[in-house]
Amino acid sequence: MSHLLEVRNLAVSFRRGGVMQPAVEQISFHIDRGETFALVGESGSGKSVTALSVLRLLPMAGHILSGEICMDGVDLLRVSERSMGTYRGGRIGVIFQDPSTALNPVMTVGQQIREVLAIHVRDDSRSHPARVIRLLQQVGLPRVETMVDAYPHQLSGGQRQRVMIAMALAGEPDLLIADEPTTALDVTIQAQILELLQRIQQETGMALWLITHDLGIVHQMAHRVAVMHQGHILEQSTHAGFFAGPAHDYSQSLLKAMPRIQRCRERPLRETSGHDEPLLVLEDFSLHFPIRKGLLKRQVGAFRAVDQVSLAIGQGETLALVGESGCGKTTLGKALLGLLPGATGTVRWARQLGGHIPSFAQIVFQDPYAAMNPRMTVGEVIEEGMRALRPDWTLSSRRQRCDEMLVAVGLDAGDRIRYPHEFSGGQRQRICIARALAVEPRLVILDEPTSALDVSVQAHILALLRDLRERYGLSYLFITHDLGVVAEVADRVAVMFRGQIVETGEVAQVLLNPREAYTRQLLQALPPLRWGACKLTGDKDRI
Amino acid sequence: MMTYLVRRMLYALPLLVGVNILTFMLFFVVNTPEDMARMHLGQKHVTPEAIQQWTHERGYDQPLFFNGGEAGSKVLTETVFYQKSVGLFLFRFGRSDAGRDIKADIRQRMWPSLAIAVPSLVIGLLVNISAALLLIFFRLTWMEFWGSALCVALMSVSSLFYIIGGQYLLGRLWQLAPISGYADGMEAFRFLLLPVLLSVVAGIGSGARWYRALFLEEVERDYVRTARAKGLSEAAALFRHVLRNAMIPILTGVVVILPLLFIGSLITESFFAIPGLGSYTIDAIGQQDFAVVRAMVFLGSVLYILGLLLTDISYTLVDPRVRLE
Amino acid sequence: MIVLFWTDSLFFLLLFAAAIVLWRARQDEHLVRPLRKVTHSRSAMVSAVLLLAYLLVAVLDSIHFTGGEQGAGAFRNEPVSVLDWLLTPLRIHVEKTYSAPFACDALSREMIADATGQMLWGLPRLQFACSHLEHPEATAAADIASRSLQGLLLGGLAGLLLAAPLWGWRGSREWLGPGWLAVILTVVGLGLIAGWLAALAPFYHVLGTDKVGMDVLYQSLKSIRTGLMIGTLTTLVTLPLALLLGTLAGYFRGWVDDVIQYVYTTLNSIPGVLLIAASILLTQVYMGRHEAEYASLGWRADLRLLFLCLILGLTSWTGLCRLLRAETLKLREMEYVQAARALGVGHLMILRRHILPNLMHLVLISVALDFSSLVLAEAVLSYVNIGVDPTTESWGNMINSARLEMAREPVVWWSLAGAFGFMFVLVLAANLLADAVRDAFDPRRAE
Repeated sequence: MSHLLEVRNLAVSFRRGGVMQPAVEQISFHIDRGETFALVGESGSGKSVTALSVLRLLPMAGHILSGEICMDGVDLLRVSERSMGTYRGGRIGVIFQDPSTALNPVMTVGQQIREVLAIHVRDDSRSHPARVIRLLQQVGLPRVETMVDAYPHQLSGGQRQRVMIAMALAGEPDLLIADEPTTALDVTIQAQILELLQRIQQETGMALWLITHDLGIVHQMAHRVAVMHQGHILEQSTHAGFFAGPAHDYSQSLLKAMPRIQRCRERPLRETSGHDEPLLVLEDFSLHFPIRKGLLKRQVGAFRAVDQVSLAIGQGETLALVGESGCGKTTLGKALLGLLPGATGTVRWARQLGGHIPSFAQIVFQDPYAAMNPRMTVGEVIEEGMRALRPDWTLSSRRQRCDEMLVAVGLDAGDRIRYPHEFSGGQRQRICIARALAVEPRLVILDEPTSALDVSVQAHILALLRDLRERYGLSYLFITHDLGVVAEVADRVAVMFRGQIVETGEVAQVLLNPREAYTRQLLQALPPLRWGACKLTGDKDRI
Repeated sequence: MMTYLVRRMLYALPLLVGVNILTFMLFFVVNTPEDMARMHLGQKHVTPEAIQQWTHERGYDQPLFFNGGEAGSKVLTETVFYQKSVGLFLFRFGRSDAGRDIKADIRQRMWPSLAIAVPSLVIGLLVNISAALLLIFFRLTWMEFWGSALCVALMSVSSLFYIIGGQYLLGRLWQLAPISGYADGMEAFRFLLLPVLLSVVAGIGSGARWYRALFLEEVERDYVRTARAKGLSEAAALFRHVLRNAMIPILTGVVVILPLLFIGSLITESFFAIPGLGSYTIDAIGQQDFAVVRAMVFLGSVLYILGLLLTDISYTLVDPRVRLE
Repeated sequence: MIVLFWTDSLFFLLLFAAAIVLWRARQDEHLVRPLRKVTHSRSAMVSAVLLLAYLLVAVLDSIHFTGGEQGAGAFRNEPVSVLDWLLTPLRIHVEKTYSAPFACDALSREMIADATGQMLWGLPRLQFACSHLEHPEATAAADIASRSLQGLLLGGLAGLLLAAPLWGWRGSREWLGPGWLAVILTVVGLGLIAGWLAALAPFYHVLGTDKVGMDVLYQSLKSIRTGLMIGTLTTLVTLPLALLLGTLAGYFRGWVDDVIQYVYTTLNSIPGVLLIAASILLTQVYMGRHEAEYASLGWRADLRLLFLCLILGLTSWTGLCRLLRAETLKLREMEYVQAARALGVGHLMILRRHILPNLMHLVLISVALDFSSLVLAEAVLSYVNIGVDPTTESWGNMINSARLEMAREPVVWWSLAGAFGFMFVLVLAANLLADAVRDAFDPRRAE
C-alpha cells in the first residue's frame, strides 16, 4: 500500500536581497496512515518551511525549486490552486506554534470553526450548531455553549490552542500537521495538549506530523523520527531505533545536550562553608500593581505580582527561581534591581557591599536579540556600565577590562569593534554576560538566559555560567521555567506560584522529593525523557 | 462604559478651555482691538473717533480680563474675555464684525456643506478601499507596480489642478455639469455632481496608498495564514479576514473626521461657490472678519474633540478586544 | 553688496546642518546601509538628481545682493538674487499683458498703427519677444528651430561633461548601484532642457507671459525657492519640538506625558487651516501696525514667508510628536534600555545613546514624507490668500491669478501649465524619494 504523504527530493529557496538562499535541500520522507511522524530540528533547520511547502503556503519570498509532494498518489505541486483548497483544512489540518496570533482576533471561535465546515463538509450537518459544539467538546474545552461566542482574546493560551485543534479537526483530516504545537505554552498546559493530540489520533486514526525542536516530546509521541539540520534530513528511523542510539553525530549531540532532571544527582554540589553571611536576604518582599476603576480612578484593589516573598541567596550560591509564565518571577528580579518602582518589604544585602545596587547586582535578559542596542559596537555595549559605575577607571583600563571579559566568555578581544547583529544568538548572550560581569558584580540575575536559544547552544551557555561562577565567585539568581535547566545549574530551588514562593529547598530534594503538590504537578508534566530515566545504550563509551 | 464616557467628557473640558485661551490670546492679546479696527477702517486717514466707534459697536472696547469700573460679578463679566470667549462654551457665537448673526448663518450653511462632504466621504471611501483591495489582490505583479506608480503620480498633483482641470473639461468643454453654483432641493444634485466627483478623484492617490499599507500590514499576519490553511481562497481570506481586521483602523480614522464634515471643505466650496460653512470661513478670512473666524475655530475644535470621543466608542463596537474602562 | 534675508540665512544654516549630519552619518553603519539601499533604487536616484537640480536653483535664488544696474522704476533698490541676475533677460522683458508661448504678437487685438501709419484693428507686435527678427511671421519658425538645435547640442554636451565623473564612478558599485545609467541619462536630459531654454528664453517667451506681461518661465523658476523654503524651513520648528516633547513624554511618562499630550491634543483640535489663517491674519495686522519697520517690499515678503513656515511648523509637529512618543514608549521597555538602567546609566545618557539614535529613521522618513505635502499645502494656502505674500513668486500665486483666465477665449493655459509642470516634477520626485527612504529605513520593511 502506498504512503499517505510522500515527499521526494523537495528543494526550497528563499529570495533575500536578490539572492536565492536554499532553505530545504533535496529532502525525501513519507508519512503513513495513522502514524505519528516527528520532524526534529533546531531553529532555522527548515522544518517549518517543509510543512508550509506541503500546504503550498510559503511566504512570498519562498520558492519550491523541485521535488514532488504526493498525497495518495496525487502530486500536490501540480494540482490547481482551487483544488489545493480542498486539501488545505480538508484532508490536511494544521496547528501553528503561537495560538495567540494564529486566530483571527475579531471573529468568534464559532465563526472561525464554521468557516472550515462551510468549505469542507458536504452533508447537511455543516450548518448545525451541534457540530461546532461537538468539536469543542472533543478538544476538551469547558463551557462549550458560551465558548462558541467567545473571542480569542477572552481565552487562555491553552484554550486557544485547543480551538486551533478543533478547527484543524473540523475538516476531518487524514493528516494533522502540528508545527511546534506546545512551544508557546507552559509546561503543564503542554502536557495536556500533547495528551489531547494523542487521544484524538487514537479516536480518529489520522496521521500526525509533529514538528518540534524538543526531543522529550518526540520520545513521548512519535512512531518514527527524522532529524533535520540546515535544510537536510540527516537520519530517519523508528522510535525504538532512534532512542536506542541515533546513527548521526548531530542527533547524538542533540540528545546529550537536553537538560534532564536526574543530572542534579550526577554533578557535584557546592560545598557550603556555613559561616558565610548570606549575600542577600529578602523578607516579605512585595510588589503590587494597583487596579484603578471608576470616575476618579480610585484604587479598588491590587494585582499582587510579587506577594510577601522571603528568600536568601548565599555567597557563591545559585538559587533557581522556577515558575510558569505570569507567576511574577521576572517582576521579582527586576524589582530587586530597582528597575520597577513600588516594592515593599526588607531587602538586606551583605554588609561588605558598598555603593548602590547596580555596582554589585546585574542582570542578563532572556532575548539576546533585544538586549543590546543595535547601534552600538560590542565594545561600547560592554564599556557602558563601566563608564557609569566606575568613572575613576581610565580609558585604557576600561578597554583592557572589556577585552578580558570578551575572552572570559569565549569570544575574541577583537570582537570589540563589531556590531551585535554580526553575532549568533548564543554569542550575543555571551556578550550580554560579559556586559553584566564587566562591572564586577557579586550577584547576577539570570532571567531565562537560555530560553531563546537552541538546545546545543543552551548547554554551552550553562557550562560557561558554571565556569564563570567558580572563577569570579559569583552568586546567581537563576530565573527559569525549565526544571531540566534547574537540575543542571542550581544549588537551591524556589518554586513560585501566583506571586508567592510555595517551596524552597536543595535542588535534589525539590526535584526528586517535592513536598508541594504544585511542584509535583510541574515535574509530572515533563516528558519522561526529560527525567533522564531513559538510559542511552552506549552512553558510557561516548563520555 | 458610562463612567468612561463621563470621564472623557470631563477631559474634553480642559481641552476646550485650552483652545479658547489660545484663540483669545491670538485674537485679543497679540493684537489689540484697536489694531483690528485700524485694519478694517484702512491704515491711513483714520480718526481715533472712528476707531472707538468701531470697537464700541462690536463690544471690543471693554477691558480684556478685569473691569475695575464695574461692581460685583460684573467686574469679570463685563470684559472682552467673558463676552467673547466664555459665550462660545454655550454656543453663543454673537454677531460677526459685519453685523450678521453667526449662529443663524451656521444653521443655514451647514446643509450645503453636508451635502457635499458626506457623499464625497462615502464614495471616496468605497473607491479607495476597492482600489487598495485590487492592489493587494494583485500584489507582486505588474498590476500592483503600475497601480502604485499611478497612485504616486495622482497624489503628486495639487488638488487645485483637479478642480481647475475638472471644471474646464467637464464643465466648460463637455458641458456635462454646471461649473459652479448651488440650488436647494433636488436641483442641488446637478450642482453637487462635479465637486463630489472631483474631490473623490483628487483623493484616490493618497487614499488608496494609505489603505493598501493598512491591508499589507494585516496580510502578513499569522491568522491570514491560518485562514488560507483552512482552505479559504485568496479572495475569501482577503475579504473575510483581512478586510475585517483592517476595517478597525479605517473606520476609526473615518469616525474622527465625521463631525468635522459639518464645517465642510474650504477649497471645494469656494471653488464651486457652494454656500456652505467652508466658503463662509474663507469669505470671513478674506474680509478679515475675526468674529466669524473665532467662532469657526471654536466650532471646529468642539467637533474634533467630539470626533475623538466617537472614535473611542467606535473602537468598542468594531474591535471585540477593546473595552472602555 | 550682499543682502541676507532671514529665510536665506536659515536656509543655508539648514543646508549646513544637513551636510554635517550626512557627513557624520558616514560613520554610522546603521544609516549607511539603508542609505546605500536608497542609492541602489533607480527611481530614487533619478528623483534625487531632479531634487538636486531644484535645490541648485533655490540656492542660486537665495544669494541676494543690491547694486545691480538693471531693474526698473520702483524695483530699483530691491535686492536681486544670483538667479535673477542670470535670468536678467527674462526678468526685464516685461510685455504689456498676455502672450502665448513662442508668440511674436500679443494675444488680443487693439488699435495699432501699420507701416504706413494707418490705424487698424489688429494684433500688435510684442515689445521684446522676436524683437531680434525683421519679419517674425516668416522667419520665427526657422529661427526657433536653429536656436533649439544649437541649445540642445550645447546643453547635451554640458550634461555629458557633468555626467562624466559619474561614468567613472559606476565601477564603485558600493554606492552607485544599478541606477547609474538612469542617473547619467537624467543629468544629460536636464542638460538638454537647460541648454534648450538658455538658447530660446532670451528671445522668446517659452511659456508665454501673464496678465501683467511677466515671463511665466521666470515666475516658475522663481517659485522653486518658495516651494523649497516652505518644505524645508518648516522642519526647523517641527523637528526640535517633536523630538524634545515626544521623547520626554514617552520616556518619563506620568505628569510630563499628561502635560505634553494635553498641549498637542489642544493644538491638534484646532482645524489646521483655521489656525494658519488666524495666525497669518494676525501677522498682517502686526505688520500693518509696524509699517515703518517693514517698508521694503522684499523684507516684508520675506518675513511673511518665514512666518508662514513657522506657523506651518507649529501646526504640523504634533503628528511626528505622537509617533515619536509611541516609539519611545516601546523603546524604553526594550531590554537594552532596561540593561542600561540596571548598569546605573543616567536618564539623559539613556535618552542620548539608546533612545534618540533609534528614533532617527522615523524622523528621516517623516521629514521626507512631509516635504511634498508642504509644497502642495503652499499652493492651497496661497489660493485662500493665507499663504505667501502676493508679491512673492510662488506656484500657489501663479495658480491663483491664472485660475480665472481659463474662462477667457482663447484659453490662457500656460501659467497653469508652468506651475503644474514644475510643481508636479518636484512633488513626484519628493514622493518617490520619500518612498525609497521609507522602504530602506523602516525596520519592518527591511528583509
